[in-house]
Amino acid sequence: MTVGMLRGITVVLRRELTLSLRRPDQILQPLVFFLIVTTLFPLSLSPEPRLLRQLAPGVLWVAALLASLLSLDGLFRGDADDGTLEQLALSGQSLNAIVVAKTVAHWLVSGACLVLVSPLVALALGIPIEAFGPMLSSLAMGTLTLSWLGAIGAGLTVGLKRGNVLLSLIVLPLSMPLLIFGASATDRAISGLAAAGPLYLLAAVCVLTTTLAPFAAAAALRITLE
Amino acid sequence: MWTWFYRLASPPYVYRVAARCTPWLLAGACIAMLYGLCDGLAFAPPDYQQGEAFRIIYVHVPAAVLSLFAYTLMATAGAIALIWRIKVGHAVAAAAAPVGASFTLLALITGSLWGKPMWGTYWAWDPRLTSELILLFLYFGVMSLRVAFEDPARGDRAAALLAIVGVVNVPIIHYSVQWWNSLHQGATIIQFGKPKIAGSMLWPLLAMLLGFMLFFGAVLCMRLRAEVLLRERQASWVRAAVQA
Repeated sequence: MTVGMLRGITVVLRRELTLSLRRPDQILQPLVFFLIVTTLFPLSLSPEPRLLRQLAPGVLWVAALLASLLSLDGLFRGDADDGTLEQLALSGQSLNAIVVAKTVAHWLVSGACLVLVSPLVALALGIPIEAFGPMLSSLAMGTLTLSWLGAIGAGLTVGLKRGNVLLSLIVLPLSMPLLIFGASATDRAISGLAAAGPLYLLAAVCVLTTTLAPFAAAAALRITLE
Repeated sequence: MWTWFYRLASPPYVYRVAARCTPWLLAGACIAMLYGLCDGLAFAPPDYQQGEAFRIIYVHVPAAVLSLFAYTLMATAGAIALIWRIKVGHAVAAAAAPVGASFTLLALITGSLWGKPMWGTYWAWDPRLTSELILLFLYFGVMSLRVAFEDPARGDRAAALLAIVGVVNVPIIHYSVQWWNSLHQGATIIQFGKPKIAGSMLWPLLAMLLGFMLFFGAVLCMRLRAEVLLRERQASWVRAAVQA
């Protein structure tokens, strides 16, 4: 029996979200990691508010990047290990739809939660409330793009026993443009300048990866699964 | 008409062609580089602003061009191998990756040596420099992904896919000096209209570029032969070729 693509996406999405919500510790751990990493910067550099405000966009973005990297390795691994992924691939549903559902679910439990926690960190780092709009939207688009790039990397490394370090090696260079646009949008917003330019660029990158990355990630999965 | 193209998919044919091309490419590379280096280092006039220090351009620019060219070639070969299932394409990509990474490293090193007297620093976090560094990391990623798999065929295909995804970086590097305010100088040679560089400086540069291209071709052919032998080591023609 085959079901329509949208129905397939919703089914996989609901399954992924249910599985994640049953293990709340795995959602919380990257968030706690995010908080801890951002604490390290004031401790190691300087607690001076003026300097911290200058460094805040970079700190925020690097910590968000590392925190979402942590959970990427598990994106396809659990399902690949117990054979679920092969069954999904054989279900007659296009692999692209499955990749889309799994990646969106991954973003909802990692990236979106990170965006929700980030105001706390931003306040602690002295980012003014007026800058929250550009900061939150750039983080939301950035983490979504990162999830797509991560899906490609996770698809390529899912067949490996120890793919975690290699996954970072693959995903981090690709995510550098993201870091540049995201941090500069936040930075401009903090100094009271218009942040629209880098935000638009970030949105363009986000749309581009959302359109193309599912195909690349599905191709990667096909290579490693067969 | 297309038979020559189809024959390129056959490993023994590629092995023979690569062997036949190597000495010619090497000889051409030697002649072009000899002329380029002599003319560029000794006879071209010193730059009005940079003095003699500009002469590192004759190594830096060809290395940078080749770093991008080798990446594009690697991704193209990988795409051909993925789409038409031509195994030689993977061998070409595997042979090109370390050479391209070396050119990238050479471009970064010569660039930083040039940067010290001109900009007063070995390294600046400038778009052109940063994107070239990303290119180096991409090369590393592709090379480590290829050897990470126990099944070499899978590693080949995974590396090819990653190389194709990384192609987005190539236009970013090329246009970075136009898109962002960069410390790095803008395009002087590859652009519409007349080049912004004097002929006496341009000719040795073009010769060096040609020399680097031919050198890359020669090294690629040599590495490709080794790569094909390694991959086809079970085949009977390899035994015949090695014993001959």
